[in-house]
Amino acid sequence: MRVTMKLISATAMAAALLANPAMAQDDVRIALVVKALGIGFFDAAAKGAEEAAAELGNVELIYTGPTDTTAEGQIEVINSLIAQQVDAIAISSNDTDALVPALQKAMERGITVISWDSGVAPAGRQMHLNPSSNPLIGNMIVKLAADHLPDGGDVAVLSATSTSTNQNIWIEEMTKVLPEYPGINVVGTVYGDDLADKSYREATGLMQTYPDLKAIIAPTSVGIVAAAQAVVDAGKVGQVNVTGLGLPSEMAGAIESGASQSFAIWNPIDLGYSATMLAYELSQNGAVAEAGAEIPMGRMGTLTLDENMEGAMADPFVYDASNIEEFKSIF
Amino acid sequence: MTDTSLHRRLPDRLTTRTQRLLRSWEVLLLAVAVAIFTFNALASPYFLNVWNLSDATFNFTEKAMIAFAMALLIIAGEIDLSVAAIVALASTAMGYALQFGVGTPGLVAIGLGTGLACGAFNGFLVTRLGLASIVVTIGTMSLFRGISSIVLGDGAFNGYPASFAVFGQGYVWWVITVELAIFAVLAVVFGVLLHRTNFGRAVYAIGNNPTAALFSGVRVDRVRFILFLLTGLMAGLAAVCLTSRLGSTRPSIAMGMELEVVTMVVLGGVNILGGSGTIPGVVIAAFVMGLVTFGLGLLNVPGIVMSIFVGALLIGVIALPRLIGKLRA
Repeated sequence: MRVTMKLISATAMAAALLANPAMAQDDVRIALVVKALGIGFFDAAAKGAEEAAAELGNVELIYTGPTDTTAEGQIEVINSLIAQQVDAIAISSNDTDALVPALQKAMERGITVISWDSGVAPAGRQMHLNPSSNPLIGNMIVKLAADHLPDGGDVAVLSATSTSTNQNIWIEEMTKVLPEYPGINVVGTVYGDDLADKSYREATGLMQTYPDLKAIIAPTSVGIVAAAQAVVDAGKVGQVNVTGLGLPSEMAGAIESGASQSFAIWNPIDLGYSATMLAYELSQNGAVAEAGAEIPMGRMGTLTLDENMEGAMADPFVYDASNIEEFKSIF
Repeated sequence: MTDTSLHRRLPDRLTTRTQRLLRSWEVLLLAVAVAIFTFNALASPYFLNVWNLSDATFNFTEKAMIAFAMALLIIAGEIDLSVAAIVALASTAMGYALQFGVGTPGLVAIGLGTGLACGAFNGFLVTRLGLASIVVTIGTMSLFRGISSIVLGDGAFNGYPASFAVFGQGYVWWVITVELAIFAVLAVVFGVLLHRTNFGRAVYAIGNNPTAALFSGVRVDRVRFILFLLTGLMAGLAAVCLTSRLGSTRPSIAMGMELEVVTMVVLGGVNILGGSGTIPGVVIAAFVMGLVTFGLGLLNVPGIVMSIFVGALLIGVIALPRLIGKLRA
C-alpha cells in the first residue's frame, strides 16, 4: 500500500500548508455571490466591492459564484458560505424563487442576506438593491439628449417593441419630466423590435422624415448601436446625436466616430461597492431593512427602501469619450 | 520412495484474496476519500459539523442517482450523454403540468414518466436502429433541452405545492435527508442488481463481448434497452428531487450535469470501454466528489478552479495504478 501512504502523506503536507489561517477571525466576512464567475460585469462589481472593503478596513471580501449560471450551483455556494458562518451574503441571483430556502436558512443562522442586480423573492432576503429606478432612467435618457442641445431641437425615440414593458415605462417616465427640458421637442417614437436590421431601417427613416432631427434616444442596447450605425452611414455625424441606454463594449465605436456623444447604463463598480456597503451596515452597524429606512452606502450616498424592501442606487452612469476606454473592456 | 515434489500444493491464484482486495480500485479510492476528508477537516474549521456535512450531500445525491444507472450502461459498453437534458425536460414537464393544477403524486409520476419515455426513445434508436449510443445521445441531448427551452422561453415555472418539497428539502431522521436515503436505497438496489443477479452477469458479458454474449443466449438488445430505460428513469427521479429542492424550473437547470455523472462513474473505477466496474466503487466516487467540491467550497476556491481540481483528480486516480504498474515492471 505504498501508493496510498504516499497519497496520504502528500495530502497531509498540503493540508498543513493550507491550514495555516491567513485571515484574522475577527474580520467581518462579506460574500459577494454572482450569477457565474468569469463575466466582465461581475468582475467589475467585485472590483467595487474590494474598494468598499478597503474603505471599511476590517472587511474580508469573498468573491464567489458557480461556473454555470444555474440555481443549483448557487445553492452549493450558499451552503458552503452558511457552513463558514460568514457575516453577510450579497447575491445577484440566477433564480428568484429557487434560492429562497437556502437563503432563509442563512438568515436563520444570523447571516445578513441582501440581493443586488438580479433580485431574490422578498422571503429570501432582507433587502434588494436596484441599480437604478424607472423615474431616474426616464429622466436620464432625455437629459443626455438635452445636455448636448443648449438651444433645444427635435428629438425622436427608437424603442424596442411596442409591448416591451421596461422601455414603455421608461418612455412614460421621460414624458413626465419633459416640461423640465424646454426646447426639447419629441417628434415621434418608432419601434425597432430589438432587431439590429429593423432598428437600423427605423433610424434611417426617422432622419428622412425629420430633416431637422437633432437627437435619437434609444433606451435599448440593440437600438442604440443600430441607430449610431445609421447616423454614420447617412453622413450625419455631428448633426444627429444618438443616445440612450447601451453597453460600453458595443458603443465604443459610436463614441469614437462621434455618432454618439454620450450614453448611460448602470455602473457595475458602483453596484458592487454599494452592495458591500449595505451588507456591512445591516450586519455590523445595526441598520434595519424596513420600509422607508435610509441606509448609508459610503460615497454613493444613502439608499431609501420602499415597501418591498427595494431601493434604487443612483442615476444611470454616463459614459462618454472620457471614460469609454476604461469600461469598454469590462462589459 | 515418495516424491514430495509431485504432491506439492499449487495455489489457485498467485495472490491471496486479501492482497487482491488491498490492491483493488475501491480500496485506493477509499484511501483517497479518507485523505480528502482529513485534509478538509484540517484545512477548514467548519468542515466537521454534521449539519454542514448533511447540506454537502446535496452536492452529489442527485448526480449519484443517475450515476448508478449510468455505471451499468457504461459497463455494458454504451453511454447516455442526454441525462442532464432528460432532467431538464422532465422538470419542464412537471412545471407545465403544474399549470393545470396537478398535485404532488401526479407531478412525481410525470417526472418519472418523462424520464422513462426519453430513455425508451434513446433505447429504441440504439437497439432497433443500431445506432451508436454516443451519437444518438449527443443528438437527443440537444433535442430534449431544445424542447424544454421552447416551452420555457426565458421564463420559469414555480409555485410547486408545499408537499412536493419533501423530496429535495425533507429529512428522514436527524441529519439524514430524503435524498440521501434515496441514494442509499438505490446503492443497495443497483449493487444487488449488478453483482447478484443474472441480469448483472449479462451486463458484464455484453460489455466484454456482445457477440459472444449473444451466442451464449443473452438477449443483448433487450438488456441494452432496459439499461436505457433505467437511466431515463433515474434521470426522471433526479429531476423530481432537483425540482423539489429548487422549487422552480428554469432553462439552465442541470446544465453540465452529464459530464459530472460520467466523471463520477469513471472515477468509481468503471472501465469507460465497458466490461468492468462495481457499484461500491461508484458509491465511494460519489462521496469523493461531494467531499472535494464541498471542501474546496469552504476554502472559497472558485468554481472554475474546482473543475480543474476534479479533472486533475480523475486523471490522477486513473493514471496512478498504471504508472505504478509500469514502475514495478
